[in-house]
Amino acid sequence: MKLKLPKPPVPGSLMPRPKRPGDGNGNGNGRVSPAEQAVETAKESGITAVDWIDERTSLSGGARWMMFRKVPKGTNWFYTLGSATMFAFLSQAVTGVFLAMYYDPSPVRAYESTRYLTNEAFLGEFVRGMHKWGSTVMVILVFLHMARTFFFGAYKYPRELNWVIGVVLLILTLVMSFTGYLLPFDQRSYWATIVGVNINGTGPLMGPYLSDFLRGGSDFGATTLSRFYAIHMLLVPGALAALIGAHLYLVARLGTTAPPWLKAEPSEELRRSKV
Amino acid sequence: MPDRRKNIKSSYTSERSVPGAFEGETVTRRRFMTGSVHVFGGMAAAAFTLPALGFALGPVFEQDEIRWEDVGATGDFPLATYVPRVITFTPGIGEVGKTTVYVRRHNPEIDPPKKDRYDNFVAMTTRCMHLGCPIRYIEASQRFVCPCHGGVYDFQGKVSGGPPVRPLDRFYTRVQRGRVEVGPRYSVNSELRRFSPRDPGEPLDGIGQYAYPRRPSTAPRPKDAKRS
Repeated sequence: MKLKLPKPPVPGSLMPRPKRPGDGNGNGNGRVSPAEQAVETAKESGITAVDWIDERTSLSGGARWMMFRKVPKGTNWFYTLGSATMFAFLSQAVTGVFLAMYYDPSPVRAYESTRYLTNEAFLGEFVRGMHKWGSTVMVILVFLHMARTFFFGAYKYPRELNWVIGVVLLILTLVMSFTGYLLPFDQRSYWATIVGVNINGTGPLMGPYLSDFLRGGSDFGATTLSRFYAIHMLLVPGALAALIGAHLYLVARLGTTAPPWLKAEPSEELRRSKV
Repeated sequence: MPDRRKNIKSSYTSERSVPGAFEGETVTRRRFMTGSVHVFGGMAAAAFTLPALGFALGPVFEQDEIRWEDVGATGDFPLATYVPRVITFTPGIGEVGKTTVYVRRHNPEIDPPKKDRYDNFVAMTTRCMHLGCPIRYIEASQRFVCPCHGGVYDFQGKVSGGPPVRPLDRFYTRVQRGRVEVGPRYSVNSELRRFSPRDPGEPLDGIGQYAYPRRPSTAPRPKDAKRS
């Protein structure tokens, strides 16, 4: 079983040249150099490996369904904001995993370990910088993506559920920002968290209990930092990844909308019958 | 349709001609197995979800203990100004668990009459009652000022300007062998009536005292302390 994917739209000059008749396969002079043979085998082996997996999983159908979709006329750069947000999330996930190798979420060690990974670990400043600035970039991209969806009317039937999932993703992104802010454990993060938790607490009736739940006690205590750390790196990222999967599935299932300035064109047949 | 409605199905599987039915059986084995799988699956899921949930929610219901911290001799604290002292409100987490309190002697000329034996010294928190920023006492104006959003409190800790929703929280104080000790925190409303400690941002006048109820996690007040 050979994997057959549609040819990507490559300009003719970049396409591989067809073999000249008489070269290669026997019917000409019949000579194939060993180098050519090796290249051919290497090319085949990749396809063989993919075929081996595909024969056992049938993943290629799903991959083709996901990747080779029809998009409406007028699709433009604004449609890339969702993917941009997803790549911001992936960047956060990757840099976050590596930051966790140095970070120590205990109240007496957190600041020192952050200082170490920023100032002394190789490329630590760069990776932490990517995580820190990337979080801001992600929030901005989420809002731009949301604005695109809103102004293009892409939240309407049948895509309401995707809007709802998107709003949950927005909230989870903000939860990530809030919980991540405490982790460097300097004066700014500490007081920002105090203020943030107290804002939660101003919700009547449930607010005080929500504050206690966030802090793990009546005041900022021994477990508050590790609690925020667990929420930041285990609880919310898992939920985010799962919901991004659902979000993408619905995008592929329902397709994207045309921009609102495009009028729907009736089919040729319909137009003729009306005249 | 009316014919079918008259033809009520028997509750016995044997009478419904289910293959292999037992005498007197009303639930098919397939239905029974489906039900048991759901029940056992639910029990298995609950067996790890409920303890984990309880574990996460536990601290909300765990009550703090009363702790008394020595802040100095009774002679250290004047009547007309505050003396800053550092106390530990959460032990075992280093500098993070410490906070500053402002302490002075009870002044009968400006303070309301002493409520009980925990009122001989006034210990004021440094948490702003707007959103919890650290305030400081300015000697020249005899006021507490918050750097974040401009909250101002007078000498008694009552709000004299800005966004704070209630006067500054206080701590119970007691005198043991000539030393002043600072105990659990309590909140006050604008008439300086005592309430269990609330978080900043929660008003205690009028409907506020009901909208922001007591939390089970805060330390109890000393046994013989009076509310007002």
